[in-house]
Amino acid sequence: MRALDRKLIRDLWHLRGQALAIALVLACGVAMSVMALGMLRSLEQTRDSYYERYRFADVFAHVKRAPQRLTRRLAEVPGVAAVDTRVSTAATLDVAGMSEPATARVLSLPGRGEAVLNDIAMRVGRRPAPGRATEVVVGEAFAEAHEMVPGDTVRATINGVARQLTVVGVALSPEYVYAIGPGSLVPDDRRFAVLWMEERALAAVTDMTGAFNDVSLALLPGASEPAAIAAIDRLLEPFGGTGAYGRDRQTSNWFLDGEMKELASMARLVPPIFLGVAAFLLNIVVGRLVATQREQIGLLKALGYRDMAVGWHYGKLVGSIVLAGSLLGLGTGIWFGRGLAELYTQFFRFPFLHYEIGAPVIVGSVLVAFAAAALGTVAALRRVVRLPPAVAMQPPAPPRYRHGPGVLAAMGRALLPSTHMIFRHIFRWPLRAALTTVSLAMAVAVLVASMWMIDAVDLMLDVHFHQSNRQDVSVAFTGPLGIGAMHEIARLPGVRRVEPFRSVPVRLSFGHRSRRSAITGIAPDAVLSRPIGADAEPLVPPPEGLMLSSWLAGELGVGRGDWLHVEAMEGRRPARALPVTALVEDVIGAEATMDMAALNRFMGEGPSISGAHLLSDTAETSRLYHRIKDLPAVADIVIMTQALAKVRETLAENLLLMTTFNIGFAGLIAFGVVYNAAQIALSERARELASLRVLGFRRREVSFILLGELAILALLALPIGCAIGRVLAWAMSLGLQSDLYRVPLVVEPATYGTAIAVVAASALLCGGLIVRRVAGLDLVAVLKTRE
Amino acid sequence: MDTSEKAVTFRAAGITKVYGEGDAAVHALRGVDVELHAGELVVLLGPSGSGKSTFLNILGGLDVPTAGTVSFRGQDLTALDDNGLTEFRRRHVGFVFQFYNLVPSLTARENVALVTEIAAAPMDPAEALGLVELDPRADHFPAELSGGEQQRVAIARAIAKQPDVLLCDEPTGALDSRTGVVVLEAIERVNRELGTCTALITHNAVIADMADRVIAFADGQVVEERRNTSRKAPAELAW
Repeated sequence: MRALDRKLIRDLWHLRGQALAIALVLACGVAMSVMALGMLRSLEQTRDSYYERYRFADVFAHVKRAPQRLTRRLAEVPGVAAVDTRVSTAATLDVAGMSEPATARVLSLPGRGEAVLNDIAMRVGRRPAPGRATEVVVGEAFAEAHEMVPGDTVRATINGVARQLTVVGVALSPEYVYAIGPGSLVPDDRRFAVLWMEERALAAVTDMTGAFNDVSLALLPGASEPAAIAAIDRLLEPFGGTGAYGRDRQTSNWFLDGEMKELASMARLVPPIFLGVAAFLLNIVVGRLVATQREQIGLLKALGYRDMAVGWHYGKLVGSIVLAGSLLGLGTGIWFGRGLAELYTQFFRFPFLHYEIGAPVIVGSVLVAFAAAALGTVAALRRVVRLPPAVAMQPPAPPRYRHGPGVLAAMGRALLPSTHMIFRHIFRWPLRAALTTVSLAMAVAVLVASMWMIDAVDLMLDVHFHQSNRQDVSVAFTGPLGIGAMHEIARLPGVRRVEPFRSVPVRLSFGHRSRRSAITGIAPDAVLSRPIGADAEPLVPPPEGLMLSSWLAGELGVGRGDWLHVEAMEGRRPARALPVTALVEDVIGAEATMDMAALNRFMGEGPSISGAHLLSDTAETSRLYHRIKDLPAVADIVIMTQALAKVRETLAENLLLMTTFNIGFAGLIAFGVVYNAAQIALSERARELASLRVLGFRRREVSFILLGELAILALLALPIGCAIGRVLAWAMSLGLQSDLYRVPLVVEPATYGTAIAVVAASALLCGGLIVRRVAGLDLVAVLKTRE
Repeated sequence: MDTSEKAVTFRAAGITKVYGEGDAAVHALRGVDVELHAGELVVLLGPSGSGKSTFLNILGGLDVPTAGTVSFRGQDLTALDDNGLTEFRRRHVGFVFQFYNLVPSLTARENVALVTEIAAAPMDPAEALGLVELDPRADHFPAELSGGEQQRVAIARAIAKQPDVLLCDEPTGALDSRTGVVVLEAIERVNRELGTCTALITHNAVIADMADRVIAFADGQVVEERRNTSRKAPAELAW
């Protein structure tokens, strides 16, 4: 081994603590990048091949009932490549071993062969035989949750008739990668099922023989989706079409897309933070190394080493640290990626997962790490190359201190000299102090940006479940029913209060802007499910006019007092302008609310209801559930406590896992920054501090001077970090606004507190380590040498 | 001056100091017996490696002997732990070093105040700087001062707490002779006016003429101890 390489190894060994800290921070950046980009790539490839192999449709539409002959006309719409029509209906299920009812979406499958579009991926068993109304294929998530296998039975109420169904197969579908029930936020595999029945059998059960109520279409490459949707809507309107939509509004695809967008933004946002901090740490550590080895650099050059050879020597030192960090990051990233893929398969159901990080992601992540390191060390390495040997052998010019800015000068002699030392040191290297502060602030920001979501979701759940929806159970009917249905529900066991509601799908337009939505009609005296206004008080529907979701109002560009054009998408499709009387601060769903009687008048119908919210006696719960399972014409049943519990359970798995990781990451940043900054301060000021010890300063007094500067920078970093964290949270919340839900920007003081505590604890721990090194200062040796 | 009449400030008996172990052991001091008395100015003379700095460091509580005892006004320094030695330095000792060891981020006045803020009965920093005739330069940073000025700041810093002993390790080692004389004048003045027991290390035999007593070291031992009949003023010295 060449002598210079021996020196390299010994220098690295000497710097091992700092090198390790930098490598770890760097590794975090590489790991996050590999994990997020690798997972993104894997998801993209998996999704694309899944969608292609099982012919996931481009456009979806629902009608009340359309004749089969319409299929041909739909196929003739310009841009349409394929059409698949089917029957789709809701069902309630009674599953052995579960007291509460489950709900299901039942879809038809062709009697022979595969579906033209949205075909299923059989996992076990077979497809239902033609005409066999008792055979069903069950979605894998539900089957797994109930350990169902072919041969098992499930009791279902479809179109008001209870029947015993036999499971003949288990399958997955590209339409239900993320399988959630209507109005849910997270999949509840125990309570929501997708069932497939043979089409003739299902048509017979639902009185849809010769007709369809659900259509999927594939478009030709390059075809205009809006144009096709407009043409399809025109064809379907006479048959009760509620408006066609593309993949972007297909629920499962929307959630999958959202997840991928989050991964992409994580890959854009998080690794640069770690790599930036690593670059800064390399900058100060290598800068200091070059300063202390100034004479050695001069000596090497005096001995005849070329400038570039000496520069390369220090470049290799940097490269070794980056290589170690990159390898560690790659390993961790691949390992985390596998863990994340495992987690994903619980929520996103694919028949296969192409988990492949891919060479471009690996090479790209490592290259970016090297680029960041190069950015951080280029100045120091250039100094190495350019330093003339004669100058290098001379001691460097002493640092020039100034009296500091006006404020400090004004405080002047009021400050103790030891305090002056702290402040002057900060102002002597302002850039370093600023970067140290920013780095520590980023550690706080990473924490705030990862933990605020828990606060936001808590608020969302509080508003939705505790303020806006205080019912125990909500029942939605398959279509509007007479007011008598409410009395039937009121007679169910344990029911203490019933509040009916009417829900109408509508198109809301204002100027050129238009949105598909729904109007919910409630009674003026509703206390269970009611909209909440900006002042957090419940709103009472006016006799006329709409209370509009404030998010929807923003999308449509309307405010209070504006008149909105409302077009019903069912019944006789009345259309009329209605005034917006209030804005609703809803966080889940985005609808309009109005007086139920007014809504019925608008629809030109007598009193009719779409469902009811009920308050029940907990002692009667199991009897209530038992009876609900047998109710005819029920499309959906939401048990609020269980819906809330499921959301919380899912969040506990995801958010808490991510938060735990981030606490570790942020702690590492804080530790890495404080450790390196303190280590360098100790090295730069060893002589000064030892002199103070000789003069009779106690260890803690010397430690105060050494760590006081870092303490000031850390204290400065904490509020800055909180502010940056809030900005990051704001940017994230902007990306989490949709008609399905809006994640509000709320950061609780406790979140700031936790972020501050983690970073402060990490910094203090590190400070403790450095204080121990102050005790080890060699008082005699330091006085013998000139700096 | 008859030293026997003066109180004993330091008494070192049988001091040995060994660095390292076995074959690598280096004997820096081999049984040194020395007494320093209140008010006297003693020059410790010897070539480099003779053990004089080690001896001064042990007197100043920066180092501990391997064997033997050192007492300061009857108190056994060898019995003190690290904290005890820190307190000893804080209360009683003023140090001056060859390379000044000033804090670069503090002005001359603040470097002196650094010590007065932790001392029990310090003089005013301005007064200390006045003693070394540096009051006009009080608000300058070390980098703005000449070597001689920096060393005089170091002396002002050492005496500002009114120490019982002033220990100077090669205070003129980094200075030219003209500047060195100015520094020695400051030390001599402090010793004369404040009566501080002063030990001054040098390898420059000329400087020995300003002392009350000269102790010569060689190879870790005291090889000669002599008393000057009269102290020469630093201005009379030349090298």
